[in-house]
Amino acid sequence: MARLQMARGMRIQQAKAYVADKLKISVSELTDPVIMSEVRDDHQIGLMTPLPGCAKGIEAKFRLAELLGLEINCVERFKARTAS
Amino acid sequence: MGSVKGGGMGKIRTRFGDGSPVELSEADLMQDLENGTAEAAERANIPALSKEELQYLLDIFKAPYSFVSVEPGNEVILSYDAGTLKIRRVGVNVDRIQALQIYEKLFGADTMELCHVDYSFKPIKPIVTMERPILEQALLSTHIPLFYGAMPNLGLYSQPDGPFPNPAELLPQGKIGEAQASYEATIETAVRDIVYASSAMHEAGADGINLDTVGAAGDADFLASLIAAEKLKEKYPDICIELGMAGEFILGMHSELEYDGVRLAGLYPHDQVKLAQKAGVTIFGPVVNTNTSETCPWNLSRSITFMKECSRVSTIPIHVNMGMGVGSVTVNDHPPVDIVSRASKAMVEICRLDGL
Repeated sequence: MARLQMARGMRIQQAKAYVADKLKISVSELTDPVIMSEVRDDHQIGLMTPLPGCAKGIEAKFRLAELLGLEINCVERFKARTAS
Repeated sequence: MGSVKGGGMGKIRTRFGDGSPVELSEADLMQDLENGTAEAAERANIPALSKEELQYLLDIFKAPYSFVSVEPGNEVILSYDAGTLKIRRVGVNVDRIQALQIYEKLFGADTMELCHVDYSFKPIKPIVTMERPILEQALLSTHIPLFYGAMPNLGLYSQPDGPFPNPAELLPQGKIGEAQASYEATIETAVRDIVYASSAMHEAGADGINLDTVGAAGDADFLASLIAAEKLKEKYPDICIELGMAGEFILGMHSELEYDGVRLAGLYPHDQVKLAQKAGVTIFGPVVNTNTSETCPWNLSRSITFMKECSRVSTIPIHVNMGMGVGSVTVNDHPPVDIVSRASKAMVEICRLDGL
């Protein structure tokens, strides 16, 4: 939700609805740590307790950008520096 | 708003703004709530809180729990300014990238900010090439949004710390014009420094730039921040700029400065946010100062009156400053959780905020 506020200037309820829609869960599930750990694991968008093999750091942000339809500054920068 | 059950016919335990405990009768507590909102309403010419809202605040203070929270569904973003500085200030000897990881993985921060211990744009400018690689590496190993932040801090531009005559020395001598000229010269230089350092950190990949403690040196400080935000937005249309304030109203140190035809001196949060929006700011962080000699109910009622109006008129997200000494949080280094949680809950649920 913070990224939607920062990138699109959305207010909190709008940002929650947007993210819930993209994750295909309800708004109330967004703050449930058990459900969100599974959702985060499924989508590989970063976990509080990242197990071996999980997407971490910039890897998770690549997936997050794609899932939320956002351009993330450092992801774009990473692409520019790694692709020919 | 939800309800909070609890309390009885006895005294209600709360605190003064300095954190010292006090017990109030229900009638006295309600009187403080009424006085707090009336003070803010009169000062800023905005609506006072309704009877229902005051009753809701009373219920929060009566709740017999140390910690209270919002109802499910009312959660907001929790962001942190100057986190990599504060972790060192409390004696935790970790590197800044480790600090960012601690906030992300252990504290559950929704956003974090990389900053330097000398937290002003002026000293950042000559070391920005050393700051960029830290941010670049931090962005590889974290997934929460990372700001880079610093203060405009126009106080650093006057003698003996800077090149311009010191207005604090000129004003007592009656040299009003000279003091104003000094402030005006300061703005131009500060804007250059803010834009230079912010551009470098944006191009390093920062998710946002935080201009923190804006207005600390008065109306010139606020104007420099607005102009810098405007220039950064022109240069990078997608940039996220958070503007966090230093105090509840703009000190008129120059007194005649204007932005977009609006005089800056004396503006309260609901007017500050309108100018921030015009300048291209993405997230606004208003402040209400805590009065240490009044009770927390008085301070909270007063703070919420300002913030409710600010949130109502805003079209951009509002992240109210809720730290030590602001937002009715007590003025001491270990803010008690009973007040922090009550103030946060009330602030979010009455003001419809987007973050703290």
